Amino acid sequence: MKNKSKEVAFAGISVALALILAYAETLLPPLFVAVPGIKMGLPNIVIIFLLYRRGPAFAGAVSFIRIFLVALLFGNAASLIYSICGGIFSFVAMLLLRKMNLFSTVGVSVAGGVMHNVGQILAAAVLLNTEQLGYYLAVLAVSGTVAGVFIGLCGTFLVKRVPEKV
Amino acid sequence: MTEKHRFRNDMILIAVLLLVAFSSIVCYNCFRSTGNTVTVRVDGTDYGVYPLSVNATKDIYSGENGCNLNRLVIRDGKAYIETATCPDGICVAHKPIFRDGESIICLPNRVVVTISTADHTDTPDVIM
Repeated sequence: MKNKSKEVAFAGISVALALILAYAETLLPPLFVAVPGIKMGLPNIVIIFLLYRRGPAFAGAVSFIRIFLVALLFGNAASLIYSICGGIFSFVAMLLLRKMNLFSTVGVSVAGGVMHNVGQILAAAVLLNTEQLGYYLAVLAVSGTVAGVFIGLCGTFLVKRVPEKV
Repeated sequence: MTEKHRFRNDMILIAVLLLVAFSSIVCYNCFRSTGNTVTVRVDGTDYGVYPLSVNATKDIYSGENGCNLNRLVIRDGKAYIETATCPDGICVAHKPIFRDGESIICLPNRVVVTISTADHTDTPDVIM
């Protein structure tokens, strides 16, 4: 797409979509109350789609703008740090796997989901100055994988079905 | 790289991740003995150390002016958070902990309650 303003408008729509998905996710009841942090990662559907259709720069920009906006609207400084760490880990992992071209959307999304948890756990380990989070990470790795499969399937569907010109 | 190969790689990736996660959970639970000490840390600094064998109720104050509260209860050799002022209440929902290394973490109040095993004097000294 050569048209600059069209590009900007599309980025805006993407950010809005990711933002509303992040909000919708907080409305869902928690799956397991005893294990906090388990979530679907719905905004990642948008990021996966953009990663395949618009390339890394576009997807990365939308992802990080989304993270900042969510922290501004619903979060605080602490939640921003967790989100940023998760976001960076997740995005780098997805980017690498996408470049390797060995995996489908599902594999890319699973890696993103698990690395998101890894990033957040590392942030928590540093912030809380505790190393006790390893067990928690194992549990989150399972949930991250399951969520990643679902998000990846949504992504596959979108990449296949949404017309190229959009 | 065909669709089929990608699908196979996906499956390998998922299988490896799940295997690593599940095996570490199993290992963690198998090789962990019951602890005897409850350590409370607030914002990374030690707040208090309590024996797991003595029933007690401790109020943990944190945050500015100590306005945040987590009420730690130790009963029947298990520790749990009874009430808390944190917005998510995740620490209250957490199951009672008693194994070595288990912990309840309250992110909003920055409170970490950990079970550990400390050397107490109830083991006999070396008899010469």
